[in-house]
Amino acid sequence: MPDPSAVLNAVVAGVLLGGFYAAVALGIAIAFGMLDIPNLSHPAFVVMGAFATWVLNNTFGIDPVLAGLIMTGPFFILGVLLYRLYHTCFESRGEAPLQGLAFFFGILFITEVVLVLTAGADYRSVQADYIGVSVNLGSVTLPLRMVVPFVVSIGMLLALQQFLSRSFTGRAILAVSQDKLALQLMGVSPTRIKALAFGISIATAAVAGSLLIIIQPVEPSIGRDFIGRAFAAVVLGGMGSFWGMLIASIILGITESIVSDMWNPSWAPAIAFGFLLPTLAFRSGGLLGRKL
Amino acid sequence: MTDALLVVDGLTKRFGGFTALSDISLRIQPGERLGLIGPNGSGKSTFTNCISGTLPIDAGSVTLDGRRLDGLPSHQRTRLGLARSFQLPRPFGSLTVAENLRVPMLYAGRGGTDTEAELLEMVGLGGKAAQRPGDLTQVEMRKLELARAMAASPRLLVADEAMAGLSNSEVDEILALLLRLNDQGVTIVLIEHIMRAVMAFSQRLVCLVAGRKIADGDPQDVIRNDDVLKAYLGE
Amino acid sequence: MSNLRFWACGLLLVLVGWLLGRLVSNEYAFFAGYSVLQYILLATAWNILGGYAGYVNFGTAAFFALGAYVSVALNKLYAPPLPVLIVAGGVASGLIGLLMGSLTLKLRGVFFSIATLALAIVSQAVITNWEFVGGSSGAYVLRPRVGPLGGSYIEYLFYTMLVMAVAAVALARTVERSKLGFGLAAIRDDEAAAEASGVPTLKLKLLATVASGTLMGMAGAPLPFYVAYLDPPSAFNLAYAVNTIAMPLVGGTGTWIGPVLGAILLTVVQETAMVTISSAANLLIVGLLMVGFITLAPNGIVGMVRKLRGDRR
Repeated sequence: MPDPSAVLNAVVAGVLLGGFYAAVALGIAIAFGMLDIPNLSHPAFVVMGAFATWVLNNTFGIDPVLAGLIMTGPFFILGVLLYRLYHTCFESRGEAPLQGLAFFFGILFITEVVLVLTAGADYRSVQADYIGVSVNLGSVTLPLRMVVPFVVSIGMLLALQQFLSRSFTGRAILAVSQDKLALQLMGVSPTRIKALAFGISIATAAVAGSLLIIIQPVEPSIGRDFIGRAFAAVVLGGMGSFWGMLIASIILGITESIVSDMWNPSWAPAIAFGFLLPTLAFRSGGLLGRKL
Repeated sequence: MTDALLVVDGLTKRFGGFTALSDISLRIQPGERLGLIGPNGSGKSTFTNCISGTLPIDAGSVTLDGRRLDGLPSHQRTRLGLARSFQLPRPFGSLTVAENLRVPMLYAGRGGTDTEAELLEMVGLGGKAAQRPGDLTQVEMRKLELARAMAASPRLLVADEAMAGLSNSEVDEILALLLRLNDQGVTIVLIEHIMRAVMAFSQRLVCLVAGRKIADGDPQDVIRNDDVLKAYLGE
Repeated sequence: MSNLRFWACGLLLVLVGWLLGRLVSNEYAFFAGYSVLQYILLATAWNILGGYAGYVNFGTAAFFALGAYVSVALNKLYAPPLPVLIVAGGVASGLIGLLMGSLTLKLRGVFFSIATLALAIVSQAVITNWEFVGGSSGAYVLRPRVGPLGGSYIEYLFYTMLVMAVAAVALARTVERSKLGFGLAAIRDDEAAAEASGVPTLKLKLLATVASGTLMGMAGAPLPFYVAYLDPPSAFNLAYAVNTIAMPLVGGTGTWIGPVLGAILLTVVQETAMVTISSAANLLIVGLLMVGFITLAPNGIVGMVRKLRGDRR
């Protein structure tokens, strides 16, 4: 019989971890879930965001979260440019499936190697007052290095949700995921809207990266560990749905945390797959949401 | 009355809460030329997709020559003799025009004796065998789409808007082609917006409006039917 | 190329390889040759599913490493001869392909691809936790000094790989021109139209996935003897997945010759870069070449040559 307080701690840790996964998966929910762009390289941009945060924090002593927010600007532009390239080379030629996937896989790989060549293959970490501090609530320990990312992630999710449902641009983005024709009737170019939305999805990677490096030291190839998790969260959450994705991320986080604590941490990366494969095979609508 | 080739009975298709096709029943005799009309969004293409197996149906049945098709995947229906052409031509872009026909001949060839060359000759693509679909004109693409459907040696051909966007003379070309196919014994369902073509082609006309069959009979009677006029011209 | 000429060339290649092997006394030549042949085999295997049917497999490392680890396990238990290990590795990876395929091939291709990516991660976790084959600390495999045909064992491994590579290319070429090849091409171009033309798309995709997975498993089976020490990070190295995708895309995916050209070109480029620049840089070169080709020359070298000749294919 496992100690109930240990189980409770594992569950709480899992919820916090899941909140962070949602920050990584958010960009994929936008790019893949809404725009149908299979951006496998998203986790590499998260790692790139983590390294940018490391530079800003180490050189100028900027708070990691603030550093992540500062980087959303350049990352947004990067995303728009990447989409333009993808659109010209694949989407408009109608060769999206095979070549597009390979393209993003190549980008993932190039980003990783460039990081190794410029920043080295070592683990990097950041400094902030809240890292290393814990709060105790009864028998539950809450490390702030997990709580801060959780709060920021949920905040980012809420802000984007508001943006999508309230602003004209946001509603145009929702429209492009459902009906291109309607958008053209509104006099908006779907390509421009998709570029914008993809820019936003890459911008979220900057924030997710800053959260990642708060949680743990980061090295260039670490991004790969998140591909399975993030795509599993998006597919499980029903593709475009933010809340479905958040719930799926938290379920994933809790399961990983319990397995790591009670059994063996080396199984943790396999858990996402354990969720993903049955979902693809038997319940292609995800936990809540539409058909694939 | 002879046995019908295709019997559709009580076919119903829903997308979420929206009923796209509601209780459609239809019998098509061997050798018949049937026109299927209806305003945009009335369910014509959904109907094609349901009987060809691209979409699963929620209720009812589809029977081809006494054989229930429900639940069979598209490719088996094609092999049993039910071929369809797509509204927007969907050729195999990396294969040549002749190879486009070879695919159905290899996989669905039901003992038909026509060769690729003969089929291409018949649809008027005789000199284009070695070209890629990307080099064809609009009307040639439509012909290839029909030729590919024919290469499966079907008993029933469902031609989904094979003439949309073509010029008058091109419409006549396709029309002549379809009539020739019918002469050879192929039953044809023509789904079309161009009334001139539908009236020239059809022995019988069916009209769908908002997922319901509202008229079925002699073309001249159907186009004078009050409900059909209302659907097309408004109240 | 006519059939006769193809088979004559294939046979000649095997003979020349064998003769060269007899003349060469430098072990390095066998190591390098094995590496090129292994990639020809992997790239050809990938291309049967990826190039012919248009389904992108990111999990090469999983199929390949599974073959290698089945080999480690069986060798530890019974030490059967190499051909038995190769068959066992192929069967194991083929079965994984069948399982993956039957679960995910009904969906759009992109979901299959994501599932293969995840497969690579999960199989690494499984192997890392499988103590019998060394777990995370890896396994040492005793490489016999002498091969069963005389000569060194590396020489034997080289011939084995040569035969498998030539056989795989021959298989790919046969598939390409067969009824199956036309069916796969139709699936790649337009799956709904393929179904409407009577092509049993699910069955053919499964067949291609199993064939591709089997060949990858067979490619992995001799690996433990080649490297003598195998641990999960090296067996599941991302370089396998990247190279295996990059090679057909650089060479040209539609035909059997594309992956062969791509494999030779990229291996030579990497060997050169490894010596002259650094090992991280050579992976960067592969990545850049791959992205460069798919954006600028989507039909690869074969497509470029054909364009120069004025043929649009």
